Amino acid sequence: MADEPVIVIGAGPAGTRAAQRLVQAGLRPVVIDENDRQGGQIYRRQPENFHRTPEKLYGTEAAKATALHTDFDLLRPHIDYHPGTTVWGVSDEGLMTVCGQDVTIVPFSRVIIASGATDRIMPVPGWTTPGAYSLGAAQIALKAQACAIGQKPVFMGTGPLLYLVAWQYLQAGARPAAVLDTSALSTRMKGLRRMASRARVVANGVRYMADLARAGVRLHAGITPRAIEASNNQVSGVTWCDSRGRLRQVSCDAVGIGYGLRSETQLADLLKCDFTFDPCFTQWRPHVDRNGRTSRPDVYLAGDGVLLRGADAAEAAGQLAACAVLRDGGHGVEDTEFTQLHETLAIMNRFGRGLAEAFPWPAHLARALPDETVVCRCENITAGEIRRAAGELDAPEMNRAKALTRPGMGRCQGRMCGLAAAEILAAARNVPVREVGRLRTAAPVKPLPLNCTVKS
Amino acid sequence: MTTYPTNRMQADVIIVGGGFMGAATAFFLRRQGLSVILLERNLVGQAASGVNFGNVRRQSRYLGQLPLANRSRDIWINLPRLIGEDAEFVMSGHILVTTSEKDGARLEKYAVDCKPYGLDLTIMTGDQARAKFPMVGPDIRTVSYSPLDGHANPRLAAPAFGRAARRAGARVIENTEVCAITKTSEDFIVETRDGHSFQAPLLQISSGAWGRAMAASFGEDIPFAANGPQMGVTEPLPYRIGPVIGSASSVLEEGVYLRQVKRGNIVYGGGRRSVADLVAKRSPIDPLNTMRQMPYLARLVPQIARLRVIRTWSGVEGYVGDNLPIMGPSSKVPGLFYAFGFCGHGFQLGPGVGMTMAELIATGHTDIPLEPFHIKRFQ
Repeated sequence: MADEPVIVIGAGPAGTRAAQRLVQAGLRPVVIDENDRQGGQIYRRQPENFHRTPEKLYGTEAAKATALHTDFDLLRPHIDYHPGTTVWGVSDEGLMTVCGQDVTIVPFSRVIIASGATDRIMPVPGWTTPGAYSLGAAQIALKAQACAIGQKPVFMGTGPLLYLVAWQYLQAGARPAAVLDTSALSTRMKGLRRMASRARVVANGVRYMADLARAGVRLHAGITPRAIEASNNQVSGVTWCDSRGRLRQVSCDAVGIGYGLRSETQLADLLKCDFTFDPCFTQWRPHVDRNGRTSRPDVYLAGDGVLLRGADAAEAAGQLAACAVLRDGGHGVEDTEFTQLHETLAIMNRFGRGLAEAFPWPAHLARALPDETVVCRCENITAGEIRRAAGELDAPEMNRAKALTRPGMGRCQGRMCGLAAAEILAAARNVPVREVGRLRTAAPVKPLPLNCTVKS
Repeated sequence: MTTYPTNRMQADVIIVGGGFMGAATAFFLRRQGLSVILLERNLVGQAASGVNFGNVRRQSRYLGQLPLANRSRDIWINLPRLIGEDAEFVMSGHILVTTSEKDGARLEKYAVDCKPYGLDLTIMTGDQARAKFPMVGPDIRTVSYSPLDGHANPRLAAPAFGRAARRAGARVIENTEVCAITKTSEDFIVETRDGHSFQAPLLQISSGAWGRAMAASFGEDIPFAANGPQMGVTEPLPYRIGPVIGSASSVLEEGVYLRQVKRGNIVYGGGRRSVADLVAKRSPIDPLNTMRQMPYLARLVPQIARLRVIRTWSGVEGYVGDNLPIMGPSSKVPGLFYAFGFCGHGFQLGPGVGMTMAELIATGHTDIPLEPFHIKRFQ
């Protein structure tokens, strides 16, 4: 399919910069984005009839957001842009996309996937109660719709997003009841060593925490979640153990939960790219070289969809993947451009690993999760059912566990619960989590209406 | 994980292939009092046995297969007593529907022909069917109703038989790939890639789509294709569709079928198949087939068009040239038995095949007629 266009999937920081670089080289890429408006998650644009300022929406990152939006708008005449369009499968003839009920087969010469990431969830008793959201969802509500998940929400989990979202809620007038972080202060200090490579980002984080503290928001470190409490089937509070092991409680009307991010890797899986286990982020991801080339010669990856390094790194990685596409396609790209991007990304890599060290995924919580806690919320599968798969039914890996007791069998195909379910399975079998593997991706990547038709 | 000694392990029977047929045969061989070793390359019931549609259907089968299917059905309704779990079998009934006069006439003739075999079907007009099954679409003009058939969960059935066989004393060895089978004057010697060997005077090959190559190695090749049925499942909705609903159309692409599980999801399949890769051990699911299935599913049950597909899959299934399985003794090698190549209609038969093969292997005889499935028909 050498004569076919280059496809960029995703129009966040990575996808936008990739498309821009391809256009600079004289190509006309096809940009397919699931969102109705460009910007991705971190620089998500509000609907056209909303008029909050970039400073209000993006805080310290307002200039970057505006630049990414403006640059994309300038690209528009030079790309084929398909917003509101999901790539749901891969056929021999090309990518299968759907927009509303219209399915289109999009052939490609090369494809850059910049599909971003979603929240990484560790279940806790009560997490499926109405009023409990993922951190990302809490942020989308605010950015896209100017809605808060509650008037006094608790944000629980770990990672920089916890403080950013809490701070954004504070700015929006919904003062959080508490921020509960499973990472201890001492753990964070260890990660700081590597994070020092990007002092400005660290300073921003410190500022968010300081602003929150100044507004009277309690920031608790080194906590162990116990339960999300409900009254009248609505979130009413959170209980946790503090770093000294004392049981604590806080009343709230909503909870945002997130333990860092997980890459959206389904398309790379459907395209049969090789995967590798990343011990730093304790998750499987497609194997890429430092330019974003996968094991498949026509598939490239960039941004948080392959390596969790944040938006700045995503912009550089998007440009870099585009450079690799251009060079592999016979277009001239200066070595210095590669070198400069590698240097930029080396700093980001160090920082990203520092973050993962400072805000570690609390795998140990999986072992302690009560049997009756729902893990797979689509199929209502409890931790006990996963343990039954591990024990009585002798499932050695995730796909077998899924076949026998259904975790990851539902609408989201384990995107929400898969990593936590793997920890539960691994803990129950007393093996490292990499040994229980990862859920295989099946099309459609997102639910597909049964009244679709192929548009030729 | 099963551990076993490094010296050669012996038994009365070795079964190569732990799909539904192998697992069920192992279970029933133990009930015949024979010692048995079951060798499975991956995990029991992972290939076609675990990813098929889950039809527990007798109607429209080759008439000569009905005695076997009847036996199997009698076991299905007794699964909890036999193996301790029901594999989600529900006797929901099964309806075959058609929009064409010609296919309708075929259904009517079959309903007469199958009666002597003890299969009672009711032929209905479209309106009669819609009065009983309101979800059936307006284009349907003839319906054949089999009240005593139903469906079950293929992901559970074969592993359940594997566990039951193990509890009954069978040595079920997983993650062990057979690389050589030789026959001495007395015994079969089976060697595996991890360097172990096994010995028995009796051997059953029940390795599904991979059975053809094994039979060929004994000089018994057959016309054969390995294909991937195209399956899918919708998001859940309230449990309303009782029977399995299948199209009786003779047009390939129209031949889709669906069933609703009690959790609410609608499982479907049918139409074109993909070509399986026996080396990679995978069958692709072609998303274009998913698209092709949509309008025909909506013809069976129009309301399905309002739902969304949440997952699609395929599996490696073996199809014999005449669309009948290879089942029974070898025609060349004494002590060798086959049960593979069930052409996409083996799930219902699984328990019956296990019982019948165990009977045949243990006693040299079975009352179930197996002549049409004998491998010698291709020689």
